[in-house]
Amino acid sequence: MTSFPEAARIALGDSQLRHNLRNATTTIRDKRARVVAEVPDWEELREAGRAIKEDVMRRLDEYLLQFEESVHAAGGRVHWARDAAEANAILLDVARAHDATEVVKVKSLTTDEIGLNEALAAGGVRAIETDFAELILQLDGDWPSHILVPAIHRNRSEIRDLFMRTIADGRELSDDPRELAETARLYLREKFLEAKVGVSGANFGVAETGTVVVVESEGNGRMCTTLPPVLVTVLGIEKLVPTFADLEVFLQILPRSSTGERMNPYTSLWTGVTVGDGPQEFHVVLLDNGRTRVLSDEVGRQALHCIRCSACLNVCPVYTRTGGHAYGSVYPGPIGAILTPQLRGVANAKSLPYASSLCGACYEVCPVKIDIPSVLLHLRAQTEKDVAERIAMRSLARIFGNTRLYEWAQKLARAGERPARRVPGPLAAWTQTRDLKPFAKETFREWWSRERGA
Amino acid sequence: MRIGLFVTCLGDTLFPEAPRAAVTVLERLGHVVVFPREQTCCGQLHQNSGYLNEAQALARRFARIFGDFDAVVSPSSSCVGVVRELSPEIAPRVFELSEFLVGQLGVEDVGAYFPHRVTYHPTCHSLRVVQVGAAPLRLLRGVRGLELVQLPEAAECCGFGGTFAVKNADTSTAMLEDKCRCVLATGAEVVTAVDGSCLMQIGGGLSRQGTGVRTMHLAEILAS
Repeated sequence: MTSFPEAARIALGDSQLRHNLRNATTTIRDKRARVVAEVPDWEELREAGRAIKEDVMRRLDEYLLQFEESVHAAGGRVHWARDAAEANAILLDVARAHDATEVVKVKSLTTDEIGLNEALAAGGVRAIETDFAELILQLDGDWPSHILVPAIHRNRSEIRDLFMRTIADGRELSDDPRELAETARLYLREKFLEAKVGVSGANFGVAETGTVVVVESEGNGRMCTTLPPVLVTVLGIEKLVPTFADLEVFLQILPRSSTGERMNPYTSLWTGVTVGDGPQEFHVVLLDNGRTRVLSDEVGRQALHCIRCSACLNVCPVYTRTGGHAYGSVYPGPIGAILTPQLRGVANAKSLPYASSLCGACYEVCPVKIDIPSVLLHLRAQTEKDVAERIAMRSLARIFGNTRLYEWAQKLARAGERPARRVPGPLAAWTQTRDLKPFAKETFREWWSRERGA
Repeated sequence: MRIGLFVTCLGDTLFPEAPRAAVTVLERLGHVVVFPREQTCCGQLHQNSGYLNEAQALARRFARIFGDFDAVVSPSSSCVGVVRELSPEIAPRVFELSEFLVGQLGVEDVGAYFPHRVTYHPTCHSLRVVQVGAAPLRLLRGVRGLELVQLPEAAECCGFGGTFAVKNADTSTAMLEDKCRCVLATGAEVVTAVDGSCLMQIGGGLSRQGTGVRTMHLAEILAS
C-alpha cells in the first residue's frame, strides 16, 4: 500500500477536500461535545464501557459459544469464518441457495473489510448499498473515507451530477438535499421490495440472548433487516457483549459519540427467527480475519474494544486534514492507525503507527477509553526500521547513555552548524517549511559551570 | 526544598534560556536548585520513534540520577510525561514547572513584570498527559503588565509530535499553518507555552513566514 506520508501529501493538496472535511468534522465534534456535556455520569459510562469490553476480550471463547447456542435456540444459524474468503463464500452460498442475483445491504464496515461486494460480484450477485452515503460511493466506484460519514469528502453538487448520470432516470435534479434524498429513496424502495436476501453487519451481538443490534439513522437498515425473507449478518467476533442489560451502556455512549445525538433514529434488535414476522431464515457469520491475533497482544488488544463511533476521527488533527483515504483501509483515523496494522500485520501497514503527533485528543474522547497513543507507541516498537535510522538511533542512545560523550556531541554539533535556511539530510523535511532553531551559543550546562562553577 | 532541575536535552542544547529562567524563578522563591550534571535525555526520542529498549535504558539511567531529590522540576511537560510513564519509581516527585509552582508551592505571583500582549498555547502533553490544568494561565495572570489574549482553537495540536514533524512533514506543516493563523489572529507579540519543542515548531513557522511574533517559554516570562 502507498505509505501514509505519500498519500497524505496528495490529500493535503486538495483544497475542496480540506474544506469539506473541516466543515463536517467541526460540526460533528461540536455537537458531540454538547451532548456529552449534558450527561452527568459520562466518565462512569466510559469506564463501564471499557470494563465490559475488557471482560469480553478475556472470556471471548466462552461468550462466542454462548452466543452460538443462543442464536441456534432462537432459530438462527451460525457460521464461523476464519478469514475474508471463508466469510464471502458463506454469503455467496446463501445467496445462491435462494437464486438471488441481488442483495440489499445495511452500511457495514465489516463487510467492507472483507471485500464482500467484490466477492459477490465475482460470483454473479450484485450487492446494493442502501445507506445514502454508501450508495453514492458505490454508484461512483469510490470508497468510504470516514467510519460514520463515508462520503464526508464529497459535496452535494458532485452528488447531483452523479445521480443525474446514474439513478435519476433522465429527470433534471437540483442540488437540494431533499431532492437528492428523494431520488435515492425512489431507487432504493424498489430494491428493498425485490430483494430476497438482506445483508448486514452489526454493532453488537448479545451472548446471553443471541440478539443482534444495528444502530442507524436512515431506516434503510430497518428495511434490509425486515423486508427480505432471508437475512445474513456478518459479525466481527469482538462485537459481542455479555448480557442484554449491557446494551444500556453502549446505547448511551454510541449515538452521543458518533452523530452527537442523544439517541439515534433507528435501533433494530432481532433475535433469531420470529414466525410470520420479518426474515424467516437468519444466518450469522462470526468473523475472525485477524482478530484473534490482535487478541493475543496484551497491549494492542484494546483496539478490539472499538464500537466504531468515529469520535476519534473528528478530533484528530491528522485525520481532519488528510481525510480517510490516506490511511489505505476501511478503518481510517486514529483507530485505523492502530487497528489496520494489527489486523493485517504491522509489516503490511508500517507507516500507520507513525501517522499521529500523539496529541492524545483521540484518547480523550474515546467512549470506551482506548489508549490509542500508547498502542501507537507499542506498534512503533514492532515496525521494522530502515538501516540508516537504526544506526543513528543506536548511536544517539549511546551518546545519551554517557555524559561525556553527550557533552562532546553538543560541542561537535554546534561547531559543525552552518547558518542555512535549508539544510540537507534528515532535517531537510523540517527546514522546507520551518526555520531551524540554531544551537545555543552556550549550552545550559556551560552556563551553569560558568556561573556556579560545578 | 532541594530541587533537582531536569533541563531536558533540547533545553540544554537548543533553548537554555528556558531552564535558566526556571532557575531564576525557583531561586527567587527561596529554593535550592541543583543541576545534576550527568543528566542527558529522558528516553522520549527513542520511545517516540519505536526504540523501546533504548528508551527504557535511558529511563533507568534517569531514575538513578534523579532518585535522591525531594522534587524534580522541568520546564517541559512532554518530558515529564515520559518520565512518569517510563520511570514510575520516581514519578510522584517529578513535576512540570508551572504545575510545581501552583500545585506544590501554592504560588501564583512570582513577582514578574512583562508589559506585552501574550497568548498561551496549551501543549497537548501539558493538557492531556501531565494535565497541568489552568496552572500556566494562573501564573500568567499574576504577571504585572501582561495582557493575556485567548488563542482560538487553543487545544489543537501544533503539529510537532517529535519525529512526526519530520516523518509526516506535510501533515505537520498543515497543522502548523492553522496554529500560526490562530496565533496571528490574536494580535499577540508573544506566544508562550510550557514545552520548548512545540515552541520550536510554532516559532519555526512564525519566523519562516516573517510574522515578527516571538515565542517564549513560560519560564522566561515568569523570570522577567
